[in-house]
Amino acid sequence: MFEGIPLHWFLIVSTLMFFIGIYGFLVRKNLITMLMSIELILNSVCINFVAFNKILYPERLEGMFFTIFIIAVAASEASIAIAIIINIYRRIVNIDVENINEMKL
Amino acid sequence: MFFIFSVIIVFFSILTVTSRKILRAATYLLIVLVSTAGMYFMLRFNFLAAIQMTLYAGGIVVLIIFSILLTSHISEKLVLPGLTKRIYAAIAAVAGAIVCILTILQYEFIPKAVEPSRVHIRTIGESLLSTGKYGYSLPFEVISILLLAAMVGAIILAKKAKE
Repeated sequence: MFEGIPLHWFLIVSTLMFFIGIYGFLVRKNLITMLMSIELILNSVCINFVAFNKILYPERLEGMFFTIFIIAVAASEASIAIAIIINIYRRIVNIDVENINEMKL
Repeated sequence: MFFIFSVIIVFFSILTVTSRKILRAATYLLIVLVSTAGMYFMLRFNFLAAIQMTLYAGGIVVLIIFSILLTSHISEKLVLPGLTKRIYAAIAAVAGAIVCILTILQYEFIPKAVEPSRVHIRTIGESLLSTGKYGYSLPFEVISILLLAAMVGAIILAKKAKE
């Protein structure tokens, strides 16, 4: 199914996804949407690792393990970020970045 | 098949960062993650695709949707940022993407032709727990400590302060 598709195409798709994530991170003001942009960026990196592993080094599994660790880091990062967001929401009833001047009130 | 997945990924990524309703943005993110899992299935990484479905699509997106429901009104539309800010961000993103894609296209990758095979779960488990060459015992332990620390930290951060 993926035979005949050069590696460049996978890399181009993940590059587009990465820079869409960068755009969202720069443009958005709501903290949760910024978190979603970060998830897009991490996911594009995962696609890169998997494509490199499968097409250049198909007999080994390094890319797959790196992807598993990236997913674990993304999960812990999302949980911490959402805990911080809920804490901020409890103190000042707004989660836009411009209203957050200091984390500790 | 690859083209269907990539078109879905790029299109819904753009919708994720431009949608003005926050819950819809989360749903578009879910579609992007599920089609990434489809791409992993296409590359014959079954275990990885299953992890992607359960952890990303099942865990993180549900967490994000819960926090959206806790912190914002669903019918409320997000305020658009200023036009100049959007233009500057778009210029930065497009310029970066063009530079990266040109660099990628200039490099000559040499693919290795091996008959496609599935990855067995046994191989994954043995290399996650082995300490020898190509063993991933240390990162496995480190990631488990990281997950424990993240869990404790999230509970402490999100609990109510004492009166």
